[in-house]
Amino acid sequence: MKKFAELFTELDQTTKTNAKIDALADYFAASDKADALWAVALLTGKKPKRTVKTSELKLWSMQLAGVNEWLFEESYHVVGDLAETITLLLPVSETQADYSLSGMMALLKTLDMKTEEERQQIIKEIWMQLNTPERFVFNKLITGSFRVGVSQQLVIKALAKNYKLVESNVAHRLMGNWIPETSSLENLLFNTDSTEDLSKPYPFYLAYQLDVPMETLGNISDWQIEYKYDGIRGQIIVRRGELFVWSRGEELMTDKFPEFEILKEALPDGTVIDGEILPFNGDEPMPFHVMQTRIGRKNLSKKSLADAPLAMMCYDLLEHKGEDIRMLPMSERRAMLETILEEIKEKNPSANAILKISPVFACSTAEEMIVLREASRDRMCEGLMLKHKDSLYEAGRRRGKWWKWKIDPLTVDGVLIYAQRGHGRRADLYTDYTFAVWSGDELVAFTKAYSGLTDKELVEVDSWVKKNTKEKFGPVRSVTPELVFEIAFEGINPSPRHKSGVALRFPRILRWRKDKSINDANHKEDLLDLIQQLSKPA
Amino acid sequence: MLLKFDPYGIYCPQADVYIDPWKPVKNAIITHAHSDHAKCGNQNYLSHRISVPILKFRLGEDIKIRGVEYGEEIVMNGVRISLHPAGHIPGSAQIRLEYKGEIWVASGDYKLQQDGVSTAFEPVRCQHFVTESTFGLPVYRFPEAKQTHADINTWWQKNKEEGKASVIIGYALGKAQRIIKHLDPEIGTIYTHGAVDNLNRLLTKDGLELPSTTRVAGETNKALFKGNIIVAPPSAIGTPWLKRFDPFSVAICSGWMQLRGTRRRKSADRGFVLSDHADWDELNTAVKETGAENVYVTHGYKSVFAKWLREELHLNAVEVDTLYEGESLNEGEAKENNNETDAEYEEIR
Repeated sequence: MKKFAELFTELDQTTKTNAKIDALADYFAASDKADALWAVALLTGKKPKRTVKTSELKLWSMQLAGVNEWLFEESYHVVGDLAETITLLLPVSETQADYSLSGMMALLKTLDMKTEEERQQIIKEIWMQLNTPERFVFNKLITGSFRVGVSQQLVIKALAKNYKLVESNVAHRLMGNWIPETSSLENLLFNTDSTEDLSKPYPFYLAYQLDVPMETLGNISDWQIEYKYDGIRGQIIVRRGELFVWSRGEELMTDKFPEFEILKEALPDGTVIDGEILPFNGDEPMPFHVMQTRIGRKNLSKKSLADAPLAMMCYDLLEHKGEDIRMLPMSERRAMLETILEEIKEKNPSANAILKISPVFACSTAEEMIVLREASRDRMCEGLMLKHKDSLYEAGRRRGKWWKWKIDPLTVDGVLIYAQRGHGRRADLYTDYTFAVWSGDELVAFTKAYSGLTDKELVEVDSWVKKNTKEKFGPVRSVTPELVFEIAFEGINPSPRHKSGVALRFPRILRWRKDKSINDANHKEDLLDLIQQLSKPA
Repeated sequence: MLLKFDPYGIYCPQADVYIDPWKPVKNAIITHAHSDHAKCGNQNYLSHRISVPILKFRLGEDIKIRGVEYGEEIVMNGVRISLHPAGHIPGSAQIRLEYKGEIWVASGDYKLQQDGVSTAFEPVRCQHFVTESTFGLPVYRFPEAKQTHADINTWWQKNKEEGKASVIIGYALGKAQRIIKHLDPEIGTIYTHGAVDNLNRLLTKDGLELPSTTRVAGETNKALFKGNIIVAPPSAIGTPWLKRFDPFSVAICSGWMQLRGTRRRKSADRGFVLSDHADWDELNTAVKETGAENVYVTHGYKSVFAKWLREELHLNAVEVDTLYEGESLNEGEAKENNNETDAEYEEIR
């Protein structure tokens, strides 16, 4: 635990990529394989099951700290993080014990089989044997909220560096459903046994927003240009007659898409397709929210299947006849994808309806691309994807060969009406805001937004909030309606759950409109108009 | 009641004197020379001897000011007034007032930790105690300063090994001297920002002993900073002034660095927990040691601390609104900016 807590502290204290990779590689070099495996699992977001209730942790820490409930709550509001609040409230530990990370994780796993009395004794004993950084990491692990600022890519780089492996191989090996309890580091990183997990997806290749001048792209006709669809990015895998559907969030979602079952027979064995899962009405893509309601359902009724029929807009072919073809150029992969889909079209019309090919547009000038990009919103798309025809299918988010070029966001001016303290690095500031638009002469809340202001602006708004508070409801304050902000978002949907009747996708603060008064804010009707305009088919 | 809180500050009508008034009055007793406690425009000032040159420097050479020693008694219209060490910064004082058996202590800002540059806090028995509450929450229990100073030196050493300069940030008055006092001059040269150097000169003239330091001047050769440390006030963060030290690592010293969120939000590479205000345990100890039945809680987490004192210690504790800012990193920067006017950057002759 000590070494892992030190690693956490180092990662937490620096924003420099190389320093992070070095810290990780040092940790892997200095740890035994069981601990290293757990570290990989935790750093790549595999969360252990929670075996202790938050309410229990709160109670036990209050007992040890001699703090009553209201004081605990006040502290929590200021700190903004439960694990940290408990860490800071507990009395300084007098003895020190070093647990191995894997040993600690094994111990935690057994806790839900114990009585409350036993759990209490174990947790309290551990708390009082850990130093402050260890305690914090421990609390993060038991509350299931462990997170640290390293991307999967950095972990991959550090593993490759320490074990002298190729990065793209490490990336592939870390994908899928492995669990640290039943794996070993050897199995995960070095095993070449063919019985390995059939369901294993490839790491997704992700693009950055285009931020280089058009001229640097070279010949526009060297680029494969497609729409950027607004759905769930996913991989369809067919291996040995089995079907697996993965989301980009590395979630195995096969059960959510019963209509894809027929692909088991339709696609040749050893096929992996990268694409976007979308609701379709015939050949027309439907808005994102249509699918969202369906994905959220536990049981899929006939009606929900009929209301939101899903299909995959196919982008790329990653595995063909069991061969990993990611190192072939885009143009060749695309040709192979087209061949597979053509064959299906002839043989299997129902599978053809599910596997659509993402159309490629021929543009030879930047101007043509601009026109195409503008038109994309009418097709329920978010802009364009630019993929160089020579590009290999790489792992993770990379610059240069693939770009996304999103349309400018939609915006609306809203009035700040509620503020709440943030979490994590913003915990002592009022940084979580609720905004309102006019409905007649009343202001109605229409969205929350957390990000977009600079640290300096956050401090300014925080200080304004404290001086202009009308009422306090627990951690939330209502404030005098006075400040106007421009809110940007990617989509807007009707929502009966919200007072304003709308729900925004990816809302964020674009800028503080100090030049506007609350009378200049938008009206609810403006939002409803927007929905109308956007849902009109092209 | 011997003292009351009015729109000008903490007032003693019997003696016709204010403690740390925030608007101009006739007679002002100043607990310490930080700008949220020492405002300009008062007709007569009284403070601890050590604060006198600093107040003259910050408020004007022409102010009418009298300096006294800790424990020295002054009588104003029958009110016996004396100053006692508050341990906050050099010259900081708690103000004790006694009249017809009624005893009040207004403590200004204080801490119980010994910092090596200020006279250590002394508890003063009283019936009415005015206390700050900057860190009046139990999550603020600060690590031992000794450890923090050792960590600062380790950090400096590590930066030196990596070929970087170290920039360490703390308030120019009090915190900066405390930091400098505990730096290890064996590691390298200690440079100071002009605002820090000015106060160092005033305080060392008055007997404070500090390791030798060099003021950063416009013409200082940039190569000289490599591996050395520069002590600067919060107002220097994010300014072009820092560029000359490149490559450098920057650290902030403050009690607020106790919270991960604040550490991460401040764009510093490191945050060291080093506070000139009492933490939760110290606040509780201080209140208990006065023996006061009546406690007036000012700037900070006042509602929380007052409620705690009522419920747990069964004291008559109330919150009082004041315009003091305590150690707020955010507003505190504005505060530093205000009192470090251009004049302050100029060399004192």
